[in-house]
Amino acid sequence: MNRNEWPLWEIFIRSQHGLAHKHVGSLHAADSEMAIKNARDVYTRRNEGVSIWVVKSEDITATAPGEKTPLFEPANSKVYRHPTFFPMPDGVKHL
Amino acid sequence: MKMHSRTEPMTADRRLFEYLLRLADSDLVLAQRLGEWVGHGPVLEEDIALTNVGLDLLGQARLWFAYAGDVEARIKGKGRSEDELAFLRDGGEFRNLLIVEQPNGNYADTMARQLYFDLWHRLLLDALTRSRDARIAEIAAKAEKEVAYHAERSADWVIRLGDGTDESRARMQAAIDDLWMYTGEMFEADDTEEALSGEGIACDVRLLAEPWRNAVAAVLKEATLSVPGGAAMQRGGKLGRHTEHLGHMLAAMQWLQRAYPGAQW
Repeated sequence: MNRNEWPLWEIFIRSQHGLAHKHVGSLHAADSEMAIKNARDVYTRRNEGVSIWVVKSEDITATAPGEKTPLFEPANSKVYRHPTFFPMPDGVKHL
Repeated sequence: MKMHSRTEPMTADRRLFEYLLRLADSDLVLAQRLGEWVGHGPVLEEDIALTNVGLDLLGQARLWFAYAGDVEARIKGKGRSEDELAFLRDGGEFRNLLIVEQPNGNYADTMARQLYFDLWHRLLLDALTRSRDARIAEIAAKAEKEVAYHAERSADWVIRLGDGTDESRARMQAAIDDLWMYTGEMFEADDTEEALSGEGIACDVRLLAEPWRNAVAAVLKEATLSVPGGAAMQRGGKLGRHTEHLGHMLAAMQWLQRAYPGAQW
């Protein structure tokens, strides 16, 4: 790790019409408070959001693209698990 | 110490016009100074953040200039536009505080200037939201939200640089000390401001001195810096008597409009 650079943070923003925080990008900051303020300045200039989460990039563990097959393909063929057979009533949102 | 305004009689509108220019000019000059950091910030995020602050101030300056133009129309029949007020007045006609025209220096210098100004600006705007002049109160209400954030940001940086390495603390303390002599002017009121605050239109800045000093002391304490002493203060900005720095800055800011009057993008 390059000790002369600030740590990298991943930024998640929830818009005022959304329910979930979305990943919008990353930035450098010395600590979490500064990360929030930098995220506010860099990623909410155009009224993109009302809530900010910041996570140090090194704290995120992600799946590797090479593991896609064993991790995700088995679920594809198990049709009985997919929630696609319910008739949706009109007017029900967010399901 | 009371400063003396011009000797011609000041009507209510002339006083108001004068006062609005003071508010507009400090915002405009500081915005211009912050614009000089574009592309030169220490890191990309800070480059964006500091120029956001500058843009906020420029937006506020526009609101004050627009109102000033309308007031001037009442006095003279025709008021100048925002551009005319910003780009076609000479240094002696500018009414900004001396502190905002000081050069950017290093980052500690810029942050010390921001800290002193932002804490004052936040107190001022809070008071102006209660102005009897509805338009002033409206502009202040919008600006206050932006400036609350500016003040937090500046305090954050002064604290981090002060409570940082030996080098950053030394530079931050030097910056705090050097700019101290420009802070007295922020709390002095001349006849114009006395009259306007008596009518409930302007804010009596003398009342802001103590809360400002407390706020500054709190930030400097957390930053492990000492509060400067010294009672000798520079003044004159509000009356058009400026330091040598303003002329150079205005030359860079105004030459295009003066060389090509009415130019538009």
